[in-house]
Amino acid sequence: MTDIPQSGAFPADRPAPKGGSLLVTDARTKKRNRAERRFKAYGIAALGIGMLFLVALLWAILSNGLTAFTQSYVQLDVPLLEEKLDKDGDRDPAKIAKVSTFGYAPLIEQALTDLVERTGVETELAPKALTKILSSSAAAQLRDRVLANPELIGQTVSVELLASSRVDGYLKGRVSRASLARDKNLDAEHLDLIDAWRDAGLVEKRFNWDFITGADASDSRPEQAGIGVAMLGSLFMMLVVLILSLPIGVAASIYLEEFAPQNRLTDLIEVNISNLAAVPSIVFGILGLAVFIQFMHLPQSAPLVGGLVLTLMTLPTIIISTRASLKSVPPSIRNAALGVGASKMQAVTHHVLPLAMPGILTGTILGLAQALGETAPLLLIGMVGYIATNYPEGVAEGFLAPNSAMPAQIYEWAKRADPAFYERAWGGIIVLLVFLLAMNLIAVLLRRRFERRW
Amino acid sequence: MQRLAAGLDAAVARGTLTNAAARDLPPEALRAQMASQGVALGSDVTPATRDAALHWRRISGTGDLARGIAVIGLALAGAAWGIRRARPDFRARNAVERAMRGVLISAALIAILSTVGIVLALVFNTIEFFRLYPAAEFFFGTTWSPSFGGGSELGILPLLWGTLYISLIALLVAVPIGLFAAVYLAEYAHRNVRAWAKPMLEMLAGIPTIVYGLFALLTVGPLLVEAFGRGGWLGLGWMQGGTAVMTAGLVMGIMLIPFVSSLSDDIINAVPQSLRDGSLGLGATRSETIRQVVLPAALPGIVGAVLLAASRAIGETMIVVLGAGAAARLSMNPFDAMTTVTAKIVSQLTGDADFSSPEALVAFALGMTLFVITLALNVVALWIVRRYREQYE
Repeated sequence: MTDIPQSGAFPADRPAPKGGSLLVTDARTKKRNRAERRFKAYGIAALGIGMLFLVALLWAILSNGLTAFTQSYVQLDVPLLEEKLDKDGDRDPAKIAKVSTFGYAPLIEQALTDLVERTGVETELAPKALTKILSSSAAAQLRDRVLANPELIGQTVSVELLASSRVDGYLKGRVSRASLARDKNLDAEHLDLIDAWRDAGLVEKRFNWDFITGADASDSRPEQAGIGVAMLGSLFMMLVVLILSLPIGVAASIYLEEFAPQNRLTDLIEVNISNLAAVPSIVFGILGLAVFIQFMHLPQSAPLVGGLVLTLMTLPTIIISTRASLKSVPPSIRNAALGVGASKMQAVTHHVLPLAMPGILTGTILGLAQALGETAPLLLIGMVGYIATNYPEGVAEGFLAPNSAMPAQIYEWAKRADPAFYERAWGGIIVLLVFLLAMNLIAVLLRRRFERRW
Repeated sequence: MQRLAAGLDAAVARGTLTNAAARDLPPEALRAQMASQGVALGSDVTPATRDAALHWRRISGTGDLARGIAVIGLALAGAAWGIRRARPDFRARNAVERAMRGVLISAALIAILSTVGIVLALVFNTIEFFRLYPAAEFFFGTTWSPSFGGGSELGILPLLWGTLYISLIALLVAVPIGLFAAVYLAEYAHRNVRAWAKPMLEMLAGIPTIVYGLFALLTVGPLLVEAFGRGGWLGLGWMQGGTAVMTAGLVMGIMLIPFVSSLSDDIINAVPQSLRDGSLGLGATRSETIRQVVLPAALPGIVGAVLLAASRAIGETMIVVLGAGAAARLSMNPFDAMTTVTAKIVSQLTGDADFSSPEALVAFALGMTLFVITLALNVVALWIVRRYREQYE
């Protein structure tokens, strides 16, 4: 661009620029063009790095988490001996219930020993050590099954029992033979057995519904932990958030957008809302702890308290998006309504609000999605580390019963010592992200379907 | 006591006990009686408990009755008032609308109320804390070693240092990447590329922070140890464990990229096209136009965006709780584990309902500090954005 054409615009007596030609770029132009290309490359690189991070994150989630959706089970033929489980033989449920899981453990041991003999695997393991193949909840599983169908007693039933987390990890490739050398829970001999049984089709992985519907389990039973209860807790909280924040948020935005006079109070509210939107979530947790638990004595760990805290957090988001969609309704609608004799309130509630509704709902769903993924305030009000003992009865009590929430449950799993729980945490994240994705999709569809351009 | 009262209610309802019999029953027999009703009591019933339970039943009975009378009375009074007011010249619409307006105003005031709630909750507990622990030592102490047995040292400086160090690394990652991505998207990218790349980048902002926390703890941390740890690829031995300032900072940077990029994108798009046209018309290349015209014009907005990102970084909790470690220390090595204000709020308050010890109350003072810092950053950022946006409008 420094090149100046030699003829035409310039007088002939002016000295020609040195070496100047439009067709040959000079050194300076080359340099500037190089800088231009470099700058563009930086931009592409930055965008690429951003995408790379996204892909890395998603890859980490999927590669670590998908295995949580399958679980290994061992097919066992367990003889339910009558003399052990029901001495009198009258199938009285109360008496059968008196036999604790310790009564079932020998039966499982026996079944395992039989299986070793039947499949003809050479092993030096004692019968007692064999039970390490199964989850420590195996006896309880069997007992529940028998209590549900007392007529099974006396027969030899074929049951599928949960394999222990180490065996599960071996079948999923998480636990290697080398890493077992330092693990006192399982020996290489166990793995030889598992290999043989897997070839015989007695040990297999299948889809793990219990992970999606089940409750959290104690530290020693990662194979049994599920996210179902936490899902219920999150559902209860989202109900509270929806019921409170939608009406309050809409009412507040209507006032601010349609009625508020320009005065000190309105200014104060507006500044407040924009600042509240940027207050760290943990501060809302402190607020919840001090006001709802310390001052109002609401129960700890309850979805109601969690919902209240999250409501305060999502209100600014909802107010901001609602105001934007109220603002996008053209003034002609209001003027027409006022012109035919509607009051201002009628104009807003009968005409403006219905037209703004798609936008409001979209904003609300996005606010809910944000609240669903929030963890920090829940830690402070104690919605973490809760294990439902008598699921599902104990949880269904609802808003005031202690519960957990999905992100808090994931945090809890991430903190546990046994790496088998990490798989659960990643799996929980997949469940959480599926929910978030669904909510965002609904929001996008709502917007596409109902949004009107004026 | 309330369980006993509930059990007595159940017994009376089923007809196994009469009210008089319940009063005369000896305390020792009550537990067995209750057990037969399916109400398990934790300990034996003392006479005092029994009396309290009986009293409870009596007052809750009268309470129920009083509530019923009050509800009916209110309903009748309301009806009478309504009928008396309903006259031809009464403008009902205006009255209803005044009431609705009141409802709307009170909804708007909830925003203020929650701010007031935050401030009060923080201030009262912070004052309580400073009564137990000297404020000067809190603000200028360089050791953080809480022990619930007493004799703790609760200096905030190591926590603030960790917070600022992690935020600095996060911004060093997020600002260049986010800014260049925004510039590329706003100035160079084809419309189709933009339509795909922008939502993809913003997906990073929609992912909950707990996911980033897990990513830091289980993926990035071990990866960094393999590179910078003892016997790693680089053979440096700088890093002891997976949780470190670098881990948390890096992951937090990833989280902030879309934050910086979409705010900057909006701001760059708000720069009038005439400025670009003028610059291009003078013969500047596109990158020269961006560097010398567009970015200076957008600078206040970009500074505001960076400040907002910084406030997010300082208040971020889950990534540092999982990724940064728990040791409070003043160190320059970014591969050391350090901890932050937010992480310590969580560890001092989780699962603890007793707010009388300075070790628990310190969390409120930490929260207060955090609130003040983030609020100041936000106010400054919004002020800058607002102040300089008007230039081109």
